[in-house]
Parts: sequence; structure tokens; C-alpha cells
Amino acid sequence: MTAAIEAVEVSRTYQLDGVSVPALRGVSLTIAAGDYVALIGPSGSGKSTLMHLLGGLDRPTGGRLAIGGREVGALSAPELARLRNETIGFVFQAFHLLPRTSAVDNVALPLVYRGVGARQRRERAAAMLGRVGLGHRLGHRPNQLSGGEQQRVAIARALVTDPTVLLADEPTGNLDSATGAAVLELLERLNAESGVALVMVTHDAEVAVRARRRIAMRDGVVVSDSEAGS
Amino acid sequence: MRLAEAWRVASDALRANRMRSLLTMLGVIIGVASVVLLVAIGTGTKQKVEQQVEGLGSNLLLVVPGRLDVGAAPAVSPLTLQDVDAVGRVVGDPARVAVTVASGATVRAGTRQDFTTVQGVLETTPTVFARELARGRYLTRSDVDTGRRVAVLGDAVARALFPDRDAVGQQINVAGVRFRVIGVFVQLGQSLGVDRDDEVHIPVTAAQRLYGTQRVDAIAVKAPDRERIDELGARIVAELNGRHPGTEFSAVTQEQILGVLGDILGILTGVLAAIAGISLLVGGVGVSNIMLVSVRERTREIGLRKAVGARPRDIGVQFLLEAVLLTSVGGLTGMALGVGGALLVAAVSPIPAAVTWWSLALAFGVSAAVGIVFGVVPAQRAGRLDPVVALRAE
Ligand SMILES: Nc1ncnc2c1ncn2[C@@H]1O[C@H](COP(=O)(O)OP(=O)(O)OP(=O)(O)O)[C@@H](O)[C@H]1O
Ligand SMILES: [Mg+2]
Repeated sequence: MTAAIEAVEVSRTYQLDGVSVPALRGVSLTIAAGDYVALIGPSGSGKSTLMHLLGGLDRPTGGRLAIGGREVGALSAPELARLRNETIGFVFQAFHLLPRTSAVDNVALPLVYRGVGARQRRERAAAMLGRVGLGHRLGHRPNQLSGGEQQRVAIARALVTDPTVLLADEPTGNLDSATGAAVLELLERLNAESGVALVMVTHDAEVAVRARRRIAMRDGVVVSDSEAGS
Repeated sequence: MRLAEAWRVASDALRANRMRSLLTMLGVIIGVASVVLLVAIGTGTKQKVEQQVEGLGSNLLLVVPGRLDVGAAPAVSPLTLQDVDAVGRVVGDPARVAVTVASGATVRAGTRQDFTTVQGVLETTPTVFARELARGRYLTRSDVDTGRRVAVLGDAVARALFPDRDAVGQQINVAGVRFRVIGVFVQLGQSLGVDRDDEVHIPVTAAQRLYGTQRVDAIAVKAPDRERIDELGARIVAELNGRHPGTEFSAVTQEQILGVLGDILGILTGVLAAIAGISLLVGGVGVSNIMLVSVRERTREIGLRKAVGARPRDIGVQFLLEAVLLTSVGGLTGMALGVGGALLVAAVSPIPAAVTWWSLALAFGVSAAVGIVFGVVPAQRAGRLDPVVALRAE
């Protein structure tokens, strides 16, 4: 399998009032196409920091990182933006939908930056909303949707561009357990159906065991990386 | 992102915050409207004054003692009627020469009275200054030669003294002396706040007797041809200098008067426009301020847009267009209000107002430029936001 994302000895150090805060201290891992990875670890261990790096939202301060075969360090800001648009889908704990904007337009947003025409955008966004089970909610605004529905809109938005990797940082963290389970099932189904690699941060051990692969972090390093059943 | 798309995003954002957008635009609206209105009033006033100076009659030369300078003290005139005859000989046609000796005086008729300017003049005045009578007749040569006590009234004086009957044929009392009204002028209206109908013309000889003087204040000449008007002026001045050694005389043409007045009114218009421009600038600062607030408020939106693939430029353009849209919609509204205001002022008040294309173009250009100038900083700030930090924002 080809590597969707490859990280070699990646580090990320924040500068906070002149003090260096090392959030990641040499992380090496490979995300394969179609993979299903659970990223676990205590709070502050660097999971979100790693997700931002894997998605090209942030740049490492050390080490090598390649997304879709392209070296992040060699890319300009616009090039990196384009790479994000084409290969990555983000799902956040807080949904991050645009307020006062319909579900279908929220989902279509990434296509705006890809230069897709308005009609085609709506068609693709509507189709994607259908796939997450919200075909009947196209015109709803975020404040007219339940939490679970909002997160499904966000998932549709992440997948509308047909990315190779879906990065979900605690996607069920703001949902009750039943709704969370439904969202989780949706993510797993999409991973199985479309072959998009799924990397998901979770605090839930039960969720973690369902993944094909578990990566555990502590203090900015990977402490274990195990395939299911091993 | 295509530009059309960015326009849509920008206008959506403004519509989402309708009230705030409107209030922000208000500064620009007021600025642009006042630029357009004030420039229109300045231009209209200038045009009207020019018309009135031209309406005095063409090829006019005004001969006065002293220099014609803005701010120069008026000199006491040494000119007499003999000088007027001499000027007539220089011109070659006494009918082209008019004089005035003017004083303020109270004019009475029965129980009514009016304080007005009483001018001693020659019978040539209607020819030289292109004045027309509404009723009766003007002064004649024999009226002037005999110092006959007859008067021609300006429209305002006629109305004040004889509101309910024709003034022609009535008696009036000027500074204690009785005159007979023989004519009334056609109404002229206001000019620079002066009522041009507030005057009484009497024979210059009668006026000199009334005021106890031999002098005349000024001589006006209607030059026979336009090309040689400066040369004629020089010959008149030379003649008068010969007759009154040691006194300076000036002969000024309408063009020179227009030039001086035009300069003054041009400066006035410029000052008005500049004052209005300051309010436009203040409006621009308001736009900048609101855009900064908007960037801060929408930090998470910016982070999200970047996460799904917006380049820094896409975000910058989006916010810049918002600012430009705010100021140009404000600018257009202001223009409409300014034009409407100018039309209203011209219709219901004596202040003239003429909307000029350049003031519209300038006001709109400046307001769009204000949007760019004051939108750039917030737009750059938005474009440079770190997406990770932006997504974490409250
Ligand atoms: N912008 C920043 N400036 C300084 N330090 C930061 C910044 N962002 C994160 N950190 C630090 O980096 C470390 C890792 O943070 P990160 O958000 O990746 O943790 P996490 O594993 O996602 O935790 P949680 O499970 O609570 O979300 C923490 O110690 C945090 O304080
Ligand atoms: Mg986290």
C-alpha cells in the first residue's frame, strides 16, 4: 500500500513568551491509504498537534513530513492550502459549521476553493449529504440542526472533495453516547465504502478497540502503534 | 476562488450583519453626500455670479480711482462730470459712458419708507448695463442736464413703497427732497446675498446737489469692440492720470472681475470640499474599525475556510471586497442623497446648486479608495491568521 501520509521524526515546539514548549518530540508514523487509525493518549500528549501537522494545517519545527507524497517543508502557503483542499478532510469536535449558511452550502464550501461552479457544487454537496443521511436537510441552517446532524454535515463537508485522508479530532466529544455511536458508525461505513483513510482521536477505549490500528501517545511521543488483534 | 464568488461571499457577510453594515456605511454616506452637495452649491454660486457679471452687459470696462485689489481700501474719488466728458471723447461716443454717485438714503412715500441705495446716473445706464424697465420710462438727457427731480425705482423699492398701486406717476421723498417716479425696473433678484432690486436711480446732477458734491464714484464704459478693450482701458487711464496727476486709476474688464470672483469662489468650493472630505475620511476610519471587529468575530470562520483549502489571498480578498462593497454602496447612496439634496436646495432656497460630474466621480472614487486603503490592514490580518490558532478562538 502507498503511504497517504508519512512522518519521520517529526517535532513541533511552540514558543510561548520566549519559553519553548515541545508538544511533539520526534514522531514517526505512516498512514496508509484506506487505513483506520485510533489516536489515543492522555490530555496534553500532543494528539491534536499531530493531527494538525498530518493535515497540513501546521508545519513541523523538525523532522520530515510528506502528505500525498509531497514534502510539506517545500510547499508555499498557497500550495499547502491546495494540498489540504485536495487530499485532506477535517472533522472537528466543535463541528465548525458556518452560521447562517445552509447545510448544502456548508458542505459545498471546500469546492468553492477548488473553483467548482455553483451548480456542480450544489449537486455534489447534496449527493454527499444524502450519503450521510441528511438528504432531507439540505436547506437547514446549523442552528436548525441537532448536534449529531451538525457533525454529519461536517463529515459530508470533509468528504465532498473526495480526500485520501479524513482527520477527525474527537468527533463524538460534543455528542451524547447514542448520537456519538451513530456518527462513529457513519465514519466507519464511509471508511469501508470509499476507502478514505480515517485517523480519529478518541478518549473512548471502546471506540479505540474497534479501529484496525491503535497509536498511543504520551508526552509528545508515540508509545505504542499496534494493529488490531495483535 | 473566483472573483464573482468572492463578491457573493462578501455581500452575504454584509447582509448577515445588516444593521452594522448600514451604520458603518452611514459615515461614508454622509461624507460623500456632503462632498457632492457642498461642491454643487459652490459650483452653482460660481456659475450664477458669472452669469450676473456677464449679464451686466458685454465688453464692459469699469474705471475707478485706486487699484482694484481684493482687500484694497476704496479710494476717495476725484472724478467729476468733466472727467466723464473727457472719457466720452476718448471713447468717441458719450452714449457708451455711464457714471454713478451712490449713497444710502431713506426714501418715503406717504407713511411708508425704505432705506435703499440712491444712485445718481446718466441717461446712458440702460445701454451700458443692459437694464430694462418694467413700466414707465428711464431718465433722458434733458432730465440729467436740468437736474430734474425724477426717479426710476428698483422692483423691491417699488413694492415696498407702493405695494397696492403702480409707482409710476407717484411722488417720493428722497432725503427730504420730492421726486416724481417715472419708471420701474424689471426684477433682477439676489446676487451674493445682495438684493439687486433695492435701488433708486436719479439724474446724477440731482444726486450731486442732494449730496452736496461735485464728484462721481466710478465710470463704466461699454467698449465698441472686444479685441481693443485693454487698449481702450489704457487710454482712458492715461487721460485721467493726465487730468489728475498723483492719483492712480484702474480700468478693469469683466474678465478680470470674473477672474477675481472665480478665484475666490473656487477657493471657497475647495475648502468646502476639503471639509466634507474630512468627514469621508472619518467614515473610512469607521470602516476600518468595523472590519477589524469583523475579522476578530469571524476568526473561527477564517480558520475553517483555511482548513478546507482557502489560501491567504482568498481570505484577504474576501475581507477587502467587504470593505470596498461597504464604502462603494455607501458612496452610491451618498451620491444619490447629495444629488437629491442639491436639487432640493436649488428648488426651495435662493442658494444655487449645480451638480458636477467631476464631484460625483471624485466622491465615488474616493469612497472606493477609502474602502481599499482602510480595508487592506484588516484584510491582511485575516489572510495571515494561523488556521490552528483561528480554529481554537472562542
Ligand atoms: N499554541 C500553543 N502554544 C503553546 N503551547 C501549546 C499550543 N498548543 C498546544 N500547546 C501545548 O502542546 C501540548 C499538546 O497539546 P495538544 O492540544 O496537542 O494536546 P492533546 O493531546 O490534543 O490534548 P487533549 O486531549 O486535551 O485535546 C500541550 O501541553 C499544550 O499545552
Ligand atoms: Mg486535542
